[in-house]
Amino acid sequence: MQTAHDALAPTVGGGQAAAAIEAQGLVKTYPGGVRALDGLGFAVQAGTVFGLLGPNGAGKTTTVKILTTLSRPDAGRARVAGLDVLRQPDQVRRLIGVVAQHSGVDREATGRENLTLQGLVHGLRGRELRRRVAGLLERFGLAEAADRVVGGYSGGMQRRLDIALGLVHRPQVLFLDEPTTGLDPEVRADLWEEIARLATGEGLTILLTTHYLEEADRLASRLAIVDHGRIVVEGTPDGLKRELRGDAVQVELAEPEPDARVSGALDRLDTVREVTLEGRSLRARSDSGATAVPSVLAALESAGVKVASVTVARPSLDDVYLRYTGRAFGEADEGGQ
Amino acid sequence: MTTTLSHSWFMTRRHLRNLARQPWWIAITLVQPIIWLLLFGAVFKATVDIPGFAAASYVDFLTPGIVVMTALFSGGWAGMGVIDDLNRGVIDRFLVSPAQRGALIAGRLIQLAIVSLIQSLIVILLGLLLGARFPGGPLGLLVLVAFSSLLGAAIGALSNGMALLARKEETVIAVSNFILLPLTFLSSAFMQRDLIPGWVQRVARFNPVDWTVQAGREALGTQTDWGFVLARFGWLLCLAVACAWLATRAFRSYQRSV
Repeated sequence: MQTAHDALAPTVGGGQAAAAIEAQGLVKTYPGGVRALDGLGFAVQAGTVFGLLGPNGAGKTTTVKILTTLSRPDAGRARVAGLDVLRQPDQVRRLIGVVAQHSGVDREATGRENLTLQGLVHGLRGRELRRRVAGLLERFGLAEAADRVVGGYSGGMQRRLDIALGLVHRPQVLFLDEPTTGLDPEVRADLWEEIARLATGEGLTILLTTHYLEEADRLASRLAIVDHGRIVVEGTPDGLKRELRGDAVQVELAEPEPDARVSGALDRLDTVREVTLEGRSLRARSDSGATAVPSVLAALESAGVKVASVTVARPSLDDVYLRYTGRAFGEADEGGQ
Repeated sequence: MTTTLSHSWFMTRRHLRNLARQPWWIAITLVQPIIWLLLFGAVFKATVDIPGFAAASYVDFLTPGIVVMTALFSGGWAGMGVIDDLNRGVIDRFLVSPAQRGALIAGRLIQLAIVSLIQSLIVILLGLLLGARFPGGPLGLLVLVAFSSLLGAAIGALSNGMALLARKEETVIAVSNFILLPLTFLSSAFMQRDLIPGWVQRVARFNPVDWTVQAGREALGTQTDWGFVLARFGWLLCLAVACAWLATRAFRSYQRSV
């Protein structure tokens, strides 16, 4: 253990765009033999938003618990803001803001009281504290509800208060564990704007976990897909999609029971590849979807297959997920419940 | 040290404020010891007629017992608040902040002691209204109230620690139900020491509830043996410190399990 820490030391305080979060080889097994993390590692550059994307049960929350000093890994090491989370947990806690997956607000207290106590715990006092609390209430649209008991807040308001609580002490690194899970779509969209603003405004480093592909796509400048406690692939959202090379062409067939002659008809085309048939949906990938469609339709027509509709889509993170885990995202999520 | 003290005070304020917002809780907390005093006082009234029973009236004898019992029960159920905070994620939020572990426990214990103090005063006032007389006067009452609060804090710390380990409401309820009444009856809270069975007397010697009741009655009596009282105070203090330390340690076990 000793030598492992020493080996990590040179990367700290090196000056050059140091990583705000570094995790290496994290392993965590819960009692009962559930292996939540299986050698997970990644690095987040300071001032960026990094997304950990994966289904429930993939190990995202366990990772956040370890990085925020709540839990300890069985093996591996991690640094946050240049500090070792295992050896310097007290110092780490001063520099991080944490918005846990499940709200941590005190429901019997008002919004202002919640924020004030959090500020006191972080060493803020007097007028500075009052001003900071009032500023956050204003910024998160809670000024009017500030002196109402949180038990009466809507889900979206509670979540905004959670984020404000994580920001009271102006942390260097903010952890957002599934910040929008369980919220209405409109509320989610509002919160996305709020998070995007945090990321651009204050030079804050944000680690965001989510099981919404759209959320990771929108907010994260880099992301990693987590599956079974490991990072499966890492990159920028665009880069990951680009690697898939080409558009997705999806054809809905009007045939009651499409058979082999369907894919046989397309195998001869050189405008499409990776042709798969699932029920009545025929999927293929193409370097240029728009030019491939006429040839696909022609091939199907000459094979005597009737077509109901055709869509062409840019590759999505859904496709990235499918490609690297071998499962569609929705399926994995249900499996993880 | 100053950080722990100030954090303890912030947490105490939080708990007191949250309690003050629950009128039903306040009503029940204040009425319950009154009911106990009236009920036990009526049911066991004939106790004074037992040959060898020294007190002039049963209310004289029972009032200190009810004060101690009230503090014990408040302490025993204190873990429920921890469970609530665990379920709501409040404890996790504080554990990843610079909040002192000791203060998270101390804040609850101070709040508990303050509530015990108020309950004790109500019971004593009612006892006086019912005609109880305490030769030990204000100093004796002070000893009774202070010792009871200390007992409540010790048991409260244990209850908090257990809640952190078990993390289940059902466990806290089961353990509290299992332990609190026997602890009360394995003491001289309701019956004079030399009138209870020998084996109960022997068990009572190790029962902090009995230490508290005995010390309280001694301080309220005519000729107080202050050595006896101080010894019980020492034992209670050691117990409370040990329990608070255990409860603070329980955060480690909790963090290992998350």
